[in-house]
Amino acid sequence: MQALYAQLLVGLINGSFYALLSLGLAVIFGMLNIINFAHGALYMMGAFVAYFLLNLGGINYWWALLLAPIIVGIFGMILERTMLQWLTGLDHLYGLLLTFGIALIVQGVFQNYFGSSGLPYAIPDQLKGGMNLGFMFLPVYRGWVVVFSLVVCLATWFLIEKTQLGAYLRAATENPTLVRAFGINVPRMITLTYGLGVGLAALAGVLSAPINQVRPLMGADLIIVVFAVVVIGGMGSIMGSIITGFALGVIEGLTKYFYPEASNTVVFVLMVLVLLVKPTGLTGRAA
Amino acid sequence: MNTRSIASLLLTTALTFAAAGVASAQDKTVKIGALSDQSGLYADLGGPGSTLAAQMAVEDSGLAAKGWKIDIISGDHQNKPDIGTAIARQWFDVDKVDIIVDVPNSGVALAVNNVIKEKNGVYINSGAATSDLTNAQCSPNTVHWTYDTYMLAHTTGQALVKAGGDTWFFLTADYAFGAALERDTSAVVTANGGKVVGGVKHPLNTPDFSSFLLQAQASKAKIIGLANAGGDTTNTIKQAAEFGIGKGGQKLAALLLFLTDVKAIGLETAQGLNFTETFYWDMNDQTRAFSKRFAAKMKNNAPPTMVQAGVYAGVRHYLKALEALGGNPHDGVKIVEKMKSMPTEDDLFGKGEIQPNGRTIHSAYLFEVKKPSESKGPWDFYKLVGTVPGDQAFTPLSESKCALLKK
Repeated sequence: MQALYAQLLVGLINGSFYALLSLGLAVIFGMLNIINFAHGALYMMGAFVAYFLLNLGGINYWWALLLAPIIVGIFGMILERTMLQWLTGLDHLYGLLLTFGIALIVQGVFQNYFGSSGLPYAIPDQLKGGMNLGFMFLPVYRGWVVVFSLVVCLATWFLIEKTQLGAYLRAATENPTLVRAFGINVPRMITLTYGLGVGLAALAGVLSAPINQVRPLMGADLIIVVFAVVVIGGMGSIMGSIITGFALGVIEGLTKYFYPEASNTVVFVLMVLVLLVKPTGLTGRAA
Repeated sequence: MNTRSIASLLLTTALTFAAAGVASAQDKTVKIGALSDQSGLYADLGGPGSTLAAQMAVEDSGLAAKGWKIDIISGDHQNKPDIGTAIARQWFDVDKVDIIVDVPNSGVALAVNNVIKEKNGVYINSGAATSDLTNAQCSPNTVHWTYDTYMLAHTTGQALVKAGGDTWFFLTADYAFGAALERDTSAVVTANGGKVVGGVKHPLNTPDFSSFLLQAQASKAKIIGLANAGGDTTNTIKQAAEFGIGKGGQKLAALLLFLTDVKAIGLETAQGLNFTETFYWDMNDQTRAFSKRFAAKMKNNAPPTMVQAGVYAGVRHYLKALEALGGNPHDGVKIVEKMKSMPTEDDLFGKGEIQPNGRTIHSAYLFEVKKPSESKGPWDFYKLVGTVPGDQAFTPLSESKCALLKK
């Protein structure tokens, strides 16, 4: 029984990353209608920016948590301005191909210079060590990841679903022409939204840097699972992607305990089942 | 029949004769295929560095000046046996490759082994670990350089059991390599009076090991044996430190650890780990000289890993055999027989031999990862703690199940 608690908690930790990443994807899909395949590469860039900040500029983890999402977010906004904006109104496939191509290029460039085994990034001193919970030894840093990403997820949900700005955003996706008639700069808002989604990915990247290696392919390994999470949760649903993110982390964690060989397929099996029963995802609305 | 088809018929006939001419013993053309994981979790320990090692071996052989024409091509098997065998088939059928080198990932390595035997090519494997390549699945076309699971088990594994680590729990990569390493190490553990209390199989290329590590922790085994490699091993070791596994009295056994892995983990976390390799860049003047030349040509200035060193040494020995034959007979079995009949000697592995089952025998070294304070340079990582002579490190012929030995 103790082992089970431990696995549940470990699942929640992984779920935090799924939630943060799928949230960013859901925001981008919901607002821009773009299937952002570059998300994994941007997540990886977040981790690398944290690494550079520390090793080249001596800037610590806490500043990286703030700066890396901004830097990568700006990179994302440049992408949106120069490339993605021209795809408005075209089939999803174009956005998917473009962002997939961007992901391959970004990963290739990083791989060329940094190889594939990755670079070490130390856990910040304040979060080192761990506590004994009785049923398991919980590293402080992992606990921090769960709490912090929960807060970020809920704040994002609040921003989009409960504030005036969020209302404009949602309105702009429904009917951009009408919203523009009210004097709101819709293209700029869309650029900022893409920046926000990308920033969330970069933030997840910084969070994961001390846990995993900072590797060029760290995002490529994760992105497929995250897409499955988004599909299960319902494309474009903010709360849906947060809840499914955490839930799937837990389910995966339990699989690692009961039948480890299936741990990297269980998410996809679930995706198939959900698509068969409810093609719009668990919380998705019909298109 | 119009003029054009007559012309093409003539051309084909001419080419056929040309090809027949190429197959004569005086032929001095060679094509080497370096097949590796070029971008995944094993790319840094083999990958582009292995292709570079093969190129350097060709340059250092001096055969170009003697009228030989030697080409090298490289391929990415992406850790998938089907892709690996497809590339190997195309190389033999279309590109007329004579020899395939490197091939990390035991799953791919065993699959490619069959293709090379079928095509009568030459196979010098340096990257894969499974001892099956020279045991149950040995082939007259195959030479296995550098290391294997039997060697890892009988060096690192044995040393740990003798030092009191008598209960083991395995974290095993769920494919041919992990299975072979767990099998060979378990045999050593039980033979030395130890006990295997459990294990868990994880998928290849797993980013998060915390679930598996918790199971290992709960097992209360004294030694947690890591039957995995590359990125999987570095992630396990890093995360084990996070979960305080070393502090609880359990010890990690990194059964297979490469130079690039230590770099990725960082000395802070990796210090004190014991493991075995057959080559380290900082062994003597010859290895240092070679590594300096090698690193200068690598993008991140990395010195060679033992896998890349094995590719170099293997290709050098292959070219020596070809030179002794006076030309390339394009007959894998014949060339490998010649290779086995000549003692091996090179700057990187020293003196050795290739046994009838294809296993290259040379010394193995037990290393310990240095403390950060002891390291004097960006790649100064290892302290030598012991040397195991080749005849004790590798499978004795009396224990080998290789069919080639039953002649």
